[in-house]
Amino acid sequence: MFVIQLIEVSDLKKYYSSGLIKKQYTRAVDGVSFQIKKGETLGLVGESGCGKTTVGRLLLHLIEPTSGKIMFDGVNLIGLKKRELRKLRPRMQMIFQDPESSLNPRMKIGESIAEPFRLGLRGKICTHEIKSQIKDLIEIVGLNPEHVNRYPYQLSGGQNQRVVLARILAINPEFIVADEPTAALDVSVQAQILRLIMNLKKDFGLTMLFISHDLEVVRHMSDRIAVMEMGRIVAVDSVKRDDCNRSV
Amino acid sequence: MALLDIIDLRTCFPSPDGLVKAVDTVDLHIDKGERLGLIGETGCGKTVLGLSIVRLLQATTRIDGRILYNDIDILKASDGKMRHMRGKEIAMILQNPTTSLNPVLKIGDQIAEAISLHQGYERKEAWSKAVEMLEAVKIPNSAERAHQYPHELSGGMRERVMIAMGLACNPNLIIADEPTKGLDARTKSQIIDLIHETTSKKALLIITHDLGVAGTICDRIAVMYAGELLEEASSDLILNDPLHPYTRGFINSLPSRGLVPIPGTSPSLIVPPQGCRFHNRCPQAIKICSKKHPEMMEIEKGHKVRCLLYN
Repeated sequence: MFVIQLIEVSDLKKYYSSGLIKKQYTRAVDGVSFQIKKGETLGLVGESGCGKTTVGRLLLHLIEPTSGKIMFDGVNLIGLKKRELRKLRPRMQMIFQDPESSLNPRMKIGESIAEPFRLGLRGKICTHEIKSQIKDLIEIVGLNPEHVNRYPYQLSGGQNQRVVLARILAINPEFIVADEPTAALDVSVQAQILRLIMNLKKDFGLTMLFISHDLEVVRHMSDRIAVMEMGRIVAVDSVKRDDCNRSV
Repeated sequence: MALLDIIDLRTCFPSPDGLVKAVDTVDLHIDKGERLGLIGETGCGKTVLGLSIVRLLQATTRIDGRILYNDIDILKASDGKMRHMRGKEIAMILQNPTTSLNPVLKIGDQIAEAISLHQGYERKEAWSKAVEMLEAVKIPNSAERAHQYPHELSGGMRERVMIAMGLACNPNLIIADEPTKGLDARTKSQIIDLIHETTSKKALLIITHDLGVAGTICDRIAVMYAGELLEEASSDLILNDPLHPYTRGFINSLPSRGLVPIPGTSPSLIVPPQGCRFHNRCPQAIKICSKKHPEMMEIEKGHKVRCLLYN
């Protein structure tokens, strides 16, 4: 059977250099290759400082790699012109660790979620339509309509992460990099947000790279798991479904 | 014998929206050498409870009730007496070492400060004691590390420095507030082991939302929700045979126990829900739960629960 790989990464490297005369290189990502099928979630685990966040950022081309190839739906992102890259950007999005710093503190929640519409990422759309779309999105992520007029500082960490998810859904991406989306949340809120991400992934048919240092969390969220150490992927394995559902 | 006895503690502070009742009629005791875990969601008042014990809350806070440490009422002690006790008798390891350490002082100086203050050592002696402390918390090359500033250390190292500071004056009671927050799995287990080793024979209060941490270190666990204690029992009973629906929900939301979330969000501490504070999120709530406020009851020896289902 022919499987569509949405993401194909081969021999990806990112070195940071420091010092002028005695140049020293930090090999943040040192030759990483993997594929992600359409609709699949790949979990990426590793200790802090192993380069997993760098991989996530490279995938969305937020930083320039030293060498390697990143194919997104058959297009190599490396060497792409800015304008062409910008066209692709709405199809891939990122959930960051800290929801408070992902949201503009001076924008009301409703304004933040409305931004993708206002930027025209969803085509021409009238103000009235935007309002009803926001109302739907707010409901999908489990917030109350009254939250629309609040500012990020007035909401809890879990609620802000829901806002981030609503904003991402407003863009309607195909691929999401989730970089420790629950690192700043406590156990019970973490469970709520992870369940929400699982459901959204299913309902919207998303493909995902899920980055975390918590193996248990990754096990729940992923179809396959890649383990990173010192900038390299040292193991890739599929997750047996019954294995992680045993205690439910 | 109880080293610390908290009786009917109520801590509230004013806010523009009304009085925030962060700790509401809490009774809790810690025996000599006992390790107690205080668990609960963000904003349930557990940190405020910890800060109430060392009286490190802002001046506008109202603390009522009694906190007896070795039969001395901490809440009635003079400021001078309190300053003398903090660090020497009761030490607090504050959460978030990045903001709790002074960024412009060498870590050696920060530890030495407490040592010279409480134990009257000269500067040089205090410094060498500080280096010893860094060694005790397993910081390699401690003599050189003592000369470094907090920003030169990793998160795990900074947490070790915080622990070294807490232990520096050999206190009888140590309060650790979220000591493993923000650390990755391996560093976390190292810090847990370290706390376990260095605090043997001392009384320990660990404040955390991480049940795994509480389960490994503590003898007993108290569960806090919306300013109140809901359940109190041995770690084994809390983790394997919890009685309160909230404790069960909290445990089931762990990734290793099924990742089943508790619906809803934690209630306001300004106007807490009528009746049982958990009733609007409780899967087993019955009619009376929204009307009657349950009392803490001892179901069996050492296992207390605040729930009408067990009346």
